[in-house]
Amino acid sequence: MAVLVGRDTRLLVQGITGYQGMFHTDLMLQAGTRVVAGVTPGRGGSHVHGVPVFEAVDEAVRETGANASVIFVPARFARDAALEAVASRLDPVVIITEGMPVRDAIEVVTYAARQGVRVLGPNGPGVTTPGQCRVGIMPTHLFAPGRVGVVSRSGSLTYEIVAGLTRAGLGQSTAVGLGGDPVVGMSFVDALKLFNADPETHAIVLIGEIGGRAEEDAAEYIAAHVRKPVAAYIAGRTAPEGKRMGHAGAVISGTEGTAAHKIQALEAAGAPVATLVSGVPALLQERLRASRAPRAMPG
Amino acid sequence: MKLHEYQAKEVFARYGLPVQQGVVVDRPEQVARLDLRYPVVVKAQVLVGGRGKAGGVKLAQTPAEAETHARAILGMEIKGERVGRVLVVPAAEIGAEYYLAFVTDRAARCAVAVASAAGGVEIEAVARTTPEKIATVAIDPFLGCPPFLARALGRRLGIAGPMLEQFAGIGANLYRLYWTEDAELAEINPLAVVGSSFLCIDAKLVLDDNASYRHPHHLPSEELTALEREARASGLAYVELDGDIAVIGNGAGLVMSTLDLLAHFGGRAANFLDIGGGATAEGMRKALDIVQRKPGVRSIFINIFGGITRCDDVARGIVQDPPRVPASIRLTGTNEEEGQRILRAAGIAAGLDAEEAARAAVSLARSA
Repeated sequence: MAVLVGRDTRLLVQGITGYQGMFHTDLMLQAGTRVVAGVTPGRGGSHVHGVPVFEAVDEAVRETGANASVIFVPARFARDAALEAVASRLDPVVIITEGMPVRDAIEVVTYAARQGVRVLGPNGPGVTTPGQCRVGIMPTHLFAPGRVGVVSRSGSLTYEIVAGLTRAGLGQSTAVGLGGDPVVGMSFVDALKLFNADPETHAIVLIGEIGGRAEEDAAEYIAAHVRKPVAAYIAGRTAPEGKRMGHAGAVISGTEGTAAHKIQALEAAGAPVATLVSGVPALLQERLRASRAPRAMPG
Repeated sequence: MKLHEYQAKEVFARYGLPVQQGVVVDRPEQVARLDLRYPVVVKAQVLVGGRGKAGGVKLAQTPAEAETHARAILGMEIKGERVGRVLVVPAAEIGAEYYLAFVTDRAARCAVAVASAAGGVEIEAVARTTPEKIATVAIDPFLGCPPFLARALGRRLGIAGPMLEQFAGIGANLYRLYWTEDAELAEINPLAVVGSSFLCIDAKLVLDDNASYRHPHHLPSEELTALEREARASGLAYVELDGDIAVIGNGAGLVMSTLDLLAHFGGRAANFLDIGGGATAEGMRKALDIVQRKPGVRSIFINIFGGITRCDDVARGIVQDPPRVPASIRLTGTNEEEGQRILRAAGIAAGLDAEEAARAAVSLARSA
């Protein structure tokens, strides 16, 4: 078992005829993903890597039974594409697109919540269940099937930390990329709920960064509900106030959103935070050993 | 992107919000010649907060006094930002002061209206000391902020009678501005009672950079340096910092952690530069060019973990135009062998370990 995507995922690629869509469709197919359909308005009837392309999402769903979508369309068309996927109740809807206006993201996540659809992104790397399914752009060769759930606001750090976990023999159940924008669909808490309920996930790695208070909310949830070992990493300890560090959402405003505050909240919740990226696997192993150790017998 | 007060007030006026636009000048001698009703207030136009405390806002009774204040304020530095312009507006006899804003709430994932009867001071301070004085309401994007919602907000602040209708109209218009102009923040503080009307004494507007294509009439940001603007035009996320070690990496999170790594070993980054996922050789070449043009760079740390980005592409970009200052390179991940081979052939050393490379970059900067 895994969370969000797996063997039952029948994936639709929106923007499949574009450069990114075409390139990553090939890689998703190579990773074993069942890519059943593509949509590009105006390009229906063609094929990309053997995948049939349709004019509209509802038509693609009717013809192929697609049940999830990944979006590679340019930022100015991403709102329409995502609303169309949500209208057809594809789940999850994964928005890879970077540079989407926040206003558009607000409309998409609000409509999705009403339709009962989970959205990942915008501006995220997608979601990967190693050995089963890759939805998005995560480089599959770094992963190994296993029991660690990974959830992150950063694509590049996910890859680096997953590679370290794999080297340390810690395979992954599912890696979930939330996206680097200020307003995104699923939050850390949403992903933690899934991992917490997933019997195949035995431990969790949380990768956060400066900006907002999603990590603080996660810490509260961990303290109250999560008994599985959690290790974390927070990027941006040395970032200055008021500057956007690459991600539109990675910005400290006043005293809000600092790494120090997030680290403090997570550690207080029993989720230790590694100082260096390379320290994450060892920290998680330590937490796993501690949770397995037999409790001292009284007397 | 933050706007200056005078720019925000121009936008406010277009949405029917009550502002005194005043006159903007950049030379003190212009002030005395203005046809204004005295007394006036001379206000520094800066993007940082706290200008009042820094002496950037002064009341003047006469043209001569206004010119003196303008001379003092122009050229002043407020939190490191030089004052290039002042706004001169007629002073108003202020009664009660309110606060009203629409702001994107990341956790609520929608706009939130924030209002308070304790206006005129920093809202963060009110939130810390007397949070009960702040009223908020989440805005459904498909409903917006009709007058009834704004009226309900006003009533919670104790506004009544004809002032309540005015407040409701201001609320509805401010939201329309926030939404239509793709703002992250549209704030009036204070929203003052002057006689029997409301007046926006200050106006703050922060716009969403991702939406700038929808607003060709918006002016280019004044927050960015020339190099930052050039980098952005090339699709590179570049932010200037205070240190002496230039940093290039792929992916925003990875670059942020690279800055932290340098600091961990006692170094200080001169910049943040993310070449992005799937960067090309040309992107890498341009990145190297940009970071080396910032004065005071003593070494370069290139930290590449190839995922979508291919190490051979990065290496080709580096050898096209090799670094002019000592560089420490970490190159690993997708097509790592080919990337390392390309660098070796050009006589450039590169490692596989980020921490070793970070330590090397710090010692290169010290010995340079």
